[in-house]
This record gives sequence, C-alpha cells and structure tokens, in this order.
Amino acid sequence: MAAKPKLYYFCGRGRMESIRWLLASAGVEFEEEFIETREQYEKLQNDGYLLFGQVPLVEIDGMALTQTRAILSYLAAKYNLYGKDLKERVRIDMYVDGTLDLMMVMALAAFKPPEEKEENFALTVKKAKTRYFPVFEKILKDHGEDFLVGNKFSWADIQLLEAILMVEELNASVLCDFPLLKAFKTRISNIPTIKKFLQPGSQRKPAPDSHYIELVRHILQF
Amino acid sequence: MAAKPKLHYFNGRGRMECIRWLLAAAGVEFEEKFIESPEDLEKLKKDGSLMFQQVPMVEIDGMKMVQTRAILNYIATKYNLYGKDMKERALIDMYVEGMADLYEMILLLPLCPPDQKDAKVALIKERTINRYFPVFEKVLKSHGQDYLVGNKLSKADVYLVELLYIVEELDPSLITSFPLLKALKTRISNLPTVKKFLQPGSQRKPPMDEKSLEKAKKIFNIK
Repeated sequence: MAAKPKLYYFCGRGRMESIRWLLASAGVEFEEEFIETREQYEKLQNDGYLLFGQVPLVEIDGMALTQTRAILSYLAAKYNLYGKDLKERVRIDMYVDGTLDLMMVMALAAFKPPEEKEENFALTVKKAKTRYFPVFEKILKDHGEDFLVGNKFSWADIQLLEAILMVEELNASVLCDFPLLKAFKTRISNIPTIKKFLQPGSQRKPAPDSHYIELVRHILQF
Repeated sequence: MAAKPKLHYFNGRGRMECIRWLLAAAGVEFEEKFIESPEDLEKLKKDGSLMFQQVPMVEIDGMKMVQTRAILNYIATKYNLYGKDMKERALIDMYVEGMADLYEMILLLPLCPPDQKDAKVALIKERTINRYFPVFEKVLKSHGQDYLVGNKLSKADVYLVELLYIVEELDPSLITSFPLLKALKTRISNLPTVKKFLQPGSQRKPPMDEKSLEKAKKIFNIK
C-alpha cells in the first residue's frame, strides 16, 4: 500500500493550506510534520530535502516536492481534478491563478504591521468584490452548471471555495451581491470529503494569530 | 491555417517576455499588439478581453488567455516542452517556480524605492549564487545530460536560459562558478529557433530604460 503523502510546514495555513484543501477534497489521507523550531527547519535544509531551502514540502510518490504551485498541479492531475483535456486545464489554471493571487495578498498581509495589515485586508475584500468574484459569478451564470469547468468537480472549485471562506473571515457579507457564488459555496461545502474537512478536528488550520506569526518570523528570520 | 497567437502587452519585457521566449523556442510565429497608453488598456478591459483586468493576455486557439503561468503551461503542453509524464512535469514545474521567484525579484527592481535599491540588488546577487544557481548546476551535474529534465528540451531549459541572460545583464560575474550553467546557456542559445530569437530584429525586447519605465508606469497607473 502506498505511503500517505507527508506535509512539512508550520502548524498554520500559510502556503500549505491550499495543498491541504486539495488533498482533503480528493479524499486523500495525509500526514503532517509541523516545523516548530529553527533547528528543525535547518535540519530539513541541511538534509537536502528542500530544493530551494524553503517549505512547503510534500513527500509523495517517492518525490520531495516543493513550490506550492508545482505541488498543487501534480495533485490536481493525480486525483483527476484537472479537467479532461488541455483546454479545460488552461481554464482551470487561469481561474486558480487568479484566485491564488487574491489569497496571497491576504496570506502576506498577516505579517505586516497593523495599519498596513488593515489596508491589505480592505484591499483584498475590494478586489474580491470587484475583480474576482464577478468573474466567477458570470462563469457560473453563463453555463448554468454546478462546477466551474467542464461540468465536473475540479481544483478550480476547491480553490474558489477556499478563497470565499477566507474572504468571508474578513467580511461576512462579501457574497451578498453574488447569488450563484452563494449557492456554489453551499453546494461545494456539502461534498462529503469537503464537509468532513470543514468539521472541527480536521486538518484544516485556523487563521494566523500573533503566536503563529511570531513563530514563523523567528524560524524564517524576517 | 490556424491564426498566429496574438500577444497583448506593452512594448517591453515585463511579464510577457518569458512567453515570447517559449513561443520563439518552440518555433511558433506570433503577432503582438502593443498597449501604448492608458486608453489602450482601458479599451481591452471594457471589451471584456481581460478576465481579471490584467495583462499579459494571449489570443490563441480561440481563447483569450490570461495569467502568465497558465499561458506558459498551455504553450509548453501544446508544443511538447513539458516532459513525458506527470513526474517530469512536476520536476519542470518545481524548477521553474524556483526560477520565477528569482526572476520576480529582478523584474520588480525598477519599482524599488531608490533608498532600498542597493540592498535589494545585494539580496538578488546573494540568492542567485547561494540558493538558485547551485540547484540547477547540481541537477545538470547529477545526470550529465544536455537538458534539465528527461534528456529533452522543456519549458525549464528555456526559462532558465532567459534568466541566465537577465542575471548576466545585472552582473556578468555571477555565473562564473557555474560551468554547467554556462554550457547550458551556450547550448540552448545555439538551437536554431533560440539563435534566431537572440538576433537583433527579433521580437525579443531590450531591458527597460527610464523612458519606457515611465511609460509603463503611466499605462498601468503605478506610482
């Protein structure tokens, strides 16, 4: 029996959370090793597991994969969440890249000084409402299907749900002008694997708190 | 006959250059429509041509493609520059994502405030010789082949060689201790399609000067 994928990261969302979402949605069990000290991090670097000296790291299928997007693309392909052909794949890539752009602003904002952090959070909500969510609302409206691409559950749906939930943490009413996205959110959240991941006690991580931020700053030395 | 891909961007490198390199290396002829003013960009946005209101945008195979990575991956797949299977693709992606991190630092340098510039350049040089170049030198050494992945030209080789040229423009001494990278650069540069692209008069764009930086800032409304 193949070993479970093993994730190496801090015990928090950061750049690993999208990977956890994708694995969980695909119904794949995974293990996690949490980096809690500078020594642990340096050991990973010195043991040669981190190609560019950085995490996330995912051990899977005999490979030590780093670089978030490389990992996500591999997982999407492996678990049939990448569309049926090249044209569907590029649409998934476009949607996911846009969504990840939005989420990155939020993830990095957590590490900024309080005033800049608030500004960035406000900017995230604004971009979500004016640049990103309207696009996905229109896509759903134009084809009237349950999923973003090819009438089939894909990475694009998972990534969008994750983004919606993250932005809602900043502004609970952000979906008020987007009825199809609201329905989408409910529908995708009810998929059994995702429903399970959304329960307390799953491997889903909470939003960063000051303890997490301090820990990451200390370990990554910035 | 299929229409040539059409690239929409300003007349400069920016985030479109790596796409130009990949198309050129694949021997694909392409057209370019340059955004010369804020009004040009507005028009593209109003026409609904830009999914997230941003460029690069490439018209190809009946689609208006956006997002640099999505475009590169599409071209790589279409022209067989993406390895032979999922595992090779993962390696190619991993290498290119690392290269892209360094590329991004250099790309954003012109927008760096003057008082931070020296520190930024020092960081770029340090990362180049300590974090990035050693990885690719080691990959080439480990298999002794002509290309980074699967003994075949891929998106990873093209992207790396473009990066090597950009780093050379910043500081030619940085590549000195990396003989295999030097050899890769020469080898890839001698491929007929790449050689052609490196000639004057090709669609390759020069480094940004003050004037084109000001123009780009105006178009994209960057302070």
